[in-house]
Parts: sequence; structure tokens; C-alpha cells
Amino acid sequence: MIVAKQKDLEVIVGMLQGYERILVLGCGTCTAICLTGGDREVGILASSLRLADKVSGKNRLLKEHTVERQCEWEFLDEINDQVKEVDAILSLGCGVGVQAISERFPDIPVLPGLDTLFMGMPQEESVWVERCSGCGNCILDKTAGICPVTRCTKGLLNGPCGGTNNGKCEVDPEKDCAWTLIYQRLEKQGKLELFDEYHPPRNFQAVVRPGRFTIK
Amino acid sequence: MAESFRDVLNSGKFVITSEIGPPKGTNLEKTLHHIDLLKDKVDALNVTDNQSSVMRYPSLGGCILIKERGGEAILQMTCRDRNRLALQADILFAYTRGIRNILCLTGDSIPVGDHKEAKGVFDLESVQLIRMVRTMESGTDIGGNELNGAIEFYPGAIVTPEANPIEPQLHKFKKKVAAGAEFFQTQAVYDLGNFRNFMQYARQFNVKILAGIVLLVSARMAKFMNDNVPGIFVPQELIDELAGVEKGKGLQKGVEIAARMIRTIKDESICDGVHIMAIGKEEIVPEILAIAGL
Repeated sequence: MIVAKQKDLEVIVGMLQGYERILVLGCGTCTAICLTGGDREVGILASSLRLADKVSGKNRLLKEHTVERQCEWEFLDEINDQVKEVDAILSLGCGVGVQAISERFPDIPVLPGLDTLFMGMPQEESVWVERCSGCGNCILDKTAGICPVTRCTKGLLNGPCGGTNNGKCEVDPEKDCAWTLIYQRLEKQGKLELFDEYHPPRNFQAVVRPGRFTIK
Repeated sequence: MAESFRDVLNSGKFVITSEIGPPKGTNLEKTLHHIDLLKDKVDALNVTDNQSSVMRYPSLGGCILIKERGGEAILQMTCRDRNRLALQADILFAYTRGIRNILCLTGDSIPVGDHKEAKGVFDLESVQLIRMVRTMESGTDIGGNELNGAIEFYPGAIVTPEANPIEPQLHKFKKKVAAGAEFFQTQAVYDLGNFRNFMQYARQFNVKILAGIVLLVSARMAKFMNDNVPGIFVPQELIDELAGVEKGKGLQKGVEIAARMIRTIKDESICDGVHIMAIGKEEIVPEILAIAGL
């Protein structure tokens, strides 16, 4: 899933300056699951914005709606009519959602209410962790299912750096050293010979930005 | 210096290297002074490459200064700040300026330094960098294109003998050897028992090992390193020894400890030499060597 966090309220308030009729649009997929952009968060943010408006003596129209998925146009048809009534959409989807809405409704400004962080998963309550960088060249078969491109802060492909510290990373003692984890899991699986395999420099053309994929 | 660093290491002599930290800025006075002070007392001088991710005068510039003043230079090259094109271009340039030794490093992470919002490049890492040097020696770049004039280097790398856990480090060490590293300078070692264990493993490979000696100046510094620098372990007895001296005598005790360790390593032929990192106290290196009887 895509993990994103809400921008600070002051930043959002600043972004909305000059707009009088705003649709706060949630996404029922990834950002709903990471508790930053679903139906519930749309309601809370719209209330906060109304309160801010009240304090500053404004009286703007703040509509609320959540679609199942912002990143697919077929789910956006249901907001056709609402879009005609507003002069800006504040999206609580990821960066893909913002762009999909903007492409679908190019005449109206679509503003990002979230900062998109990474592709990841929930690890424990209120904690999400990054797991994939979409590098286009998966080597998880060689690394015991642990991605060093993503989970090593330097993206090292050939083992840990000297900054590894009791199994933790030098940049953040909260984070595990990916290569220590890989070593331990390979050892458990009896596949340590994979640890000694040389990985050549990454091919950054595996996904030519901007990525495009066609099924043949 | 007619003899190359490789020749010196292969001669069986106990080898001493030290390092120069270039300035933050263009005032080279202190750097030149340190080079002049040390160039004839050690077999080669490393120049650090934006060490600890702190932007400084480049290692390449420092190595050229060493060459100009008749010393032997070891170019520290990290993968943090340059992609594979820039790394290769710098290596070509270094070669044309007479630099023949290169220490291939991944580089520290960006957030530990003084440009915390920068992009860490890490297009390659240490093992791949060693291989890249070896490929370029064969006459092509790593894109497979022919070089008009190849290079020849003596490539080295680093290892952390006191890392915890040690096993992944040993595997990486093996990978660096397989990639073509010929000499190793280690992270600081203080516990010679641990270091002997490491050497027992390392001896099976045909590479030269220089033990890292980092000068301790106080018990506080030792404790700080234990708590904050990965892969460094100062045993309690050394901390006690430093804590036991009167105020103002810490540096002197540190010099004594460093000299004692160097002498032990040499007398017991634990490894092939030492790499002395004085970190801002380069002035004191000749004294350490004198006390160590070198």
C-alpha cells in the first residue's frame, strides 16, 4: 500500500487561500488504511477547516466526499456533479490520486492535502514501514525476502556497511540494519551462500522515469 | 619516494600509514604543514573524502598536494557524492596526477554530516567500486567502452573487526577480497584479543592488513566512542587507565596507549602494519611513532 501523512493544517489553510468552494475528497484505499485520507479523516479535516474559517470570519463552502479509489478514473465519475459546484478540490489521496483527479478534471485546481511517503505496510499499531522502492529489478529471491534497496539507508547490494550497530542502522537506532536481517534469515534458511553472491551496480534503466507498463 | 606503496607492503616491512583531513575552505596552510610533518615518517598518507559527510576540500586535491611535496598518497574515494560517471572521471584524473593508491569506500550516510538534506548518491558501493577500478585497469570503463589510456592502481578497502555482529562483516570482507582489494585499513581497534581473532580469519586471504589506531585523548572520548561510533569498542581497562591520570594529562596517556598498541602489534606480528588516525591531532603522530620505537 501507499503510505502518506497529512500536511500541517496551517499549510493546508495557506494552500486553500483564495478558494471559496472546496471539495475535500478522500480515498477509500491506501490512505484510508493508513488513517490519513479516508472518510473519517475527510470529516475531521473539513471540521478543522470550518473552525479555522469561523475564527477568521470566513464562510466558505466545504463539501466532503470519499471515493473508493482516486487513482482510477472510473471511480471518479461519481463526483462529476460535485466538481461543477466547487472551485478547488483538496485531495486526501496519494500523489497518484491528486494527479489522476487533475487529469480527469483539468479545469479545476486539485491540491494535495497529504505528503506521500512510501510503499509499505503496517508493522504495529500506528506504525507503517517502507518495503518496496519499485526499482524494477527485484532481487528478493537472493536476499531472504528483505529488500536492501529499500531497507538499507544506502541501498547497498553487497552486504552491510561499517555503520551497522548491534543490528541497527547508523542513521536511526530505531531501524534495523537490513543486511544484518538478511544474514540472519539466510542463515536460518540454510542459504548463506547467497550472501556471498556479487550483485553488480543497479540498472537504473530498469524503470525509465516516468514509468510506463504495457501488457503485451 | 621511489618505492610504491604496494612494494613497501610486499617487502614485509612493518608499514605505517596516517591520514590528512583536508580543510573546510581554501586555506591549506595547516594541511600542508601536516603533510610536511608526516610524509617522510610514514609510508603513505590517506586523504579523507568529505569525511563523516561533512563537505570539505576534496581528497583528490589533498592527494595532489601530497604528491607535489614528494609523499605517497592514498586516495580515499566514497560513493556517497558521485555517480559512476563522476567516480570514473575522477579516477582517470587521479591516475594522470600520479596517484596510484585508492581506498574504496561506500561512504557515511548523509544525515550524519553537515548537509543533511542532500541526496546520497550511492550509485555504486564499496565492493562495486573495487571491481570498477579493476575493470578500468583492463582497459575499459564499466559501460564496456574502451579507454584511450588505462589506469593502474593499488586498491584497498576497509573492514570493521569489532563490528557486532561480526559474521556479516567477515562475509563482506571476503567479497571485497574477491572484488580485488589488496590491502585493508581497519576501523579503530582497541581490544587486541578481538583483533587477533579477526586476523586469524583474515590470514587465509592474500591481502595486507593495517590495524586502525585512533588516538584517545580522554576517558570521556573513549566512552563517547563506545556509545556513538558503530564498530568501536574501547575496553573498560583502557577507559580506567585514561580516567586515572591527572587533569590535562589525558592526551599524553592516549599517546602512550596508542604507542603501546602499535608496539605490541609490531612485536607480535599481529598484522602487516598500522593506520594512525589522529583526527585533528596530527601534530602528535611523530611522538606516537617515536614512543613506539618506529
